[in-house]
Amino acid sequence: MKFSYYPGCTLKTKGKDLDRYGRLCAEALGVTLAELPDWQCCGAVYPMAKDEIATKLSAVRALASSRDEGTELVTLCSACHNVIKQVNHDMQTDADIALRVNNYLGLDTPYTGETTVLHYLEVLRDRVGFDAIKAAVKNPLTGRKIGAYYGCLLLRPGKVMRFDDPENPTILEDFIRAIGAEPVIYAMRNECCGGYIAVEDKGAAVKRSSAVLDNAAAKGADTLVTACPLCLYNLKKNGGRDDVAVVYFTELLAEALGVK
Amino acid sequence: MSHGNNAAEQVLRSSGVDVRKCMRCGKCTATCPAFDEMEYHPHQFVYMVEKGEIDKLAASPSIYKCLSCFACVERCPRGVEPAKLVEAVRLAVIRKQGMNHLATDAIPALLDEEMPQQALVSALRKYSK
Repeated sequence: MKFSYYPGCTLKTKGKDLDRYGRLCAEALGVTLAELPDWQCCGAVYPMAKDEIATKLSAVRALASSRDEGTELVTLCSACHNVIKQVNHDMQTDADIALRVNNYLGLDTPYTGETTVLHYLEVLRDRVGFDAIKAAVKNPLTGRKIGAYYGCLLLRPGKVMRFDDPENPTILEDFIRAIGAEPVIYAMRNECCGGYIAVEDKGAAVKRSSAVLDNAAAKGADTLVTACPLCLYNLKKNGGRDDVAVVYFTELLAEALGVK
Repeated sequence: MSHGNNAAEQVLRSSGVDVRKCMRCGKCTATCPAFDEMEYHPHQFVYMVEKGEIDKLAASPSIYKCLSCFACVERCPRGVEPAKLVEAVRLAVIRKQGMNHLATDAIPALLDEEMPQQALVSALRKYSK
């Protein structure tokens, strides 16, 4: 199984563990992630305005490049995933945006949303299969109580992301079961950590992140897993408690597969 | 109002939102994680844009408090997507010369050792042009 892979800026710097363990696990599961040679930062937030064109270009470059390789495009960071999937949706459904983007880029073949964008978790669920992952586990995380922290960007808007049920997702809980741990369900698992507000209003980020962490702790989670470097940062830095570990889901997968 | 209906038309065009679909249920505001920080809440953006009160919104710190979490977009039973109005009003402000909300010079003082690039890129995309 071969895919184009878009790591994104943070996975090359502060979020190296998300990338490193993701690559190790992919290899162990027979998945080849071929990093796009010419990727640029996606901009980290989806530009919602119809008249924002320049801010959508880097996502389209990655999408077109993946199309030219003849492969589906895999992302790992929740933010990159959200931006690239939403921009791809614009290229498929908004003729005005697609026209202006293509006029600007001047690609040999105009891009009209042909690429399939998959999050790493979707590859695990839909291509590898959680049963196959369960069978590949060497060190099951038996006894661990793990809360899935979806946050916002993997799930919403549900009509565009088509990742899972945006209000009652199960993909991360199924993942947690596959690696031998017990999933902990808590209400705040798909509510915002505060995101980029941490840059200029730390107090607001503290309120959001501690609400998530307190809720998970009250339900008995010893660990939260995330696919987002900014969620990880906020929960660890602004969550106000250290009795719940916050880790990338790829790190736990690596532990379970015995490749960490 | 100094820039009148042209400003409202620009916000409607830029956001792609049809404010007339709103049935005033307030679910967007009820689910907004930035509620405590906002002077004007998501449902108020909808009806204030409809009334053409762009100046009040443009002058409010509320436009920098939206977390772009898409909760209001997801949970609106009428598909109004209030976050897109917040984004369009904010863009109408920061696209003007000298109106950046976050200056790059200010960033070093806001950093800590663990803050990911993603936070800075997002903040700059949201607050500056």
